[in-house]
Amino acid sequence: MKRQITLKVNGVEREVYVEPWWSLAQVLREELGLTGTKISCETGNCGACTVLVNGKAVKSCLLLAVKAREKEILTIEGLGENGKLSPLQEAFVEHFAVQCGYCTPGMIMAAKALLDETPNPSEEEVREAIRGNLCRCTGYVKIVEAILSCSEKVKKEGGGQK
Amino acid sequence: MRFQYLEPTSIEEAMSILSEYDGKAKVIAGGTDLLVQIRNKTIRPEYLVDIGRIPKLDYIKEENDGLRIGTLTTIRALEKSAELHQRYPVISQAAGQLGSVAIRNMGTLGGNLCNAAPSAETAPALIGLSARAKIVSPDGERVVPLENFFVGPGEAVLKKGELLVEIQISPMPPDTKAVYLKHAIRGSIDLAIVGVAAIVTLEPGSNVCKDIKLVLGAVAPTPMRARQAEEIIRGKKIDDALIDKCAQVAADESRPITDVRASQWYRKEMVKVLTRQAIKEAIAK
Repeated sequence: MKRQITLKVNGVEREVYVEPWWSLAQVLREELGLTGTKISCETGNCGACTVLVNGKAVKSCLLLAVKAREKEILTIEGLGENGKLSPLQEAFVEHFAVQCGYCTPGMIMAAKALLDETPNPSEEEVREAIRGNLCRCTGYVKIVEAILSCSEKVKKEGGGQK
Repeated sequence: MRFQYLEPTSIEEAMSILSEYDGKAKVIAGGTDLLVQIRNKTIRPEYLVDIGRIPKLDYIKEENDGLRIGTLTTIRALEKSAELHQRYPVISQAAGQLGSVAIRNMGTLGGNLCNAAPSAETAPALIGLSARAKIVSPDGERVVPLENFFVGPGEAVLKKGELLVEIQISPMPPDTKAVYLKHAIRGSIDLAIVGVAAIVTLEPGSNVCKDIKLVLGAVAPTPMRARQAEEIIRGKKIDDALIDKCAQVAADESRPITDVRASQWYRKEMVKVLTRQAIKEAIAK
């Protein structure tokens, strides 16, 4: 039986009617029209569904929507402002870290979680942060470079993305 | 995948629901193993009992007689805990090799143990540290050595209406070093092909082994102590030849199967490799 829940997504409270077995990924896409979050493996392996809940990266395909009440949910649509891409998003574009784009929202959310917690990650820390995000196109090198270019140190030295 | 979703707000309420719907209900905490099993139709629970809203089950605290970890503590919290890094680093090391960051943010210690996969990442190190599982039931509570917590693949020792609430660990003896190594196809994101925990206590200032615990994951129906291998080293001066012999005995003792990840032969070979490596790393610390 469906129940009404309130989800706070990208700063906005939204009311949805959900069955208990619907994942947050499904609800974001189908009830809220936020299709930036992708559903791919549905087993928590590929990371295409990665969103932030209370600042932490989670696999939204394994998170029941009902469990996501009263939490701050941030999706790829929540980055950037007024149609302008965020520095992290810009970095992915500039570094050719996007090919088909399917892994990209999940990658960026995983990267954002890392940079928010660790503003100056090492390459190993970046690779660990995206270990749960699979990319079939790029070979990861450009993705790692894009994320590293957003480190606080690089930005302060005038390089990377502003 | 249809079920009713219940959210008890107390342990008592949870136990009552689990008793009433025994056989038809499953506990959900992080959900990272459970939802995959439900989608695969491996299990078809009619009720999901979400214990995530029960307060005071998420903690890592040091008490006089050692460490206590609440069942809802996330794997990520174990990985990042400054307290564990300082006093029981092998627990953080093992937790950090489970899945990926996002999985570790969601999954819980209780879930990893109660899911009772033979490859459960947190089990070998905790068993090697002689951890105990505190289980509550409608009739009271009991404490079970973690070594006896696992009955078979996917089956823990919990009975009708019971809930795992805490893992208890005694202080590590002095001069004890512990290492957990995992071998998997693509590193942490895959289930372990072999997991080895080595907890070695040396006589002070020497290479003589006062005590050793070797616990193997993913190579038997449950995580297992390699007791015969331990006997090879316990009480003796540790050198490379002895480590090699111990590693071979551990491999012989192990009872792996062939599955999609690796063959039985390969797993036995990797038990040998990882046991040797784990002991060497432990005594080098």
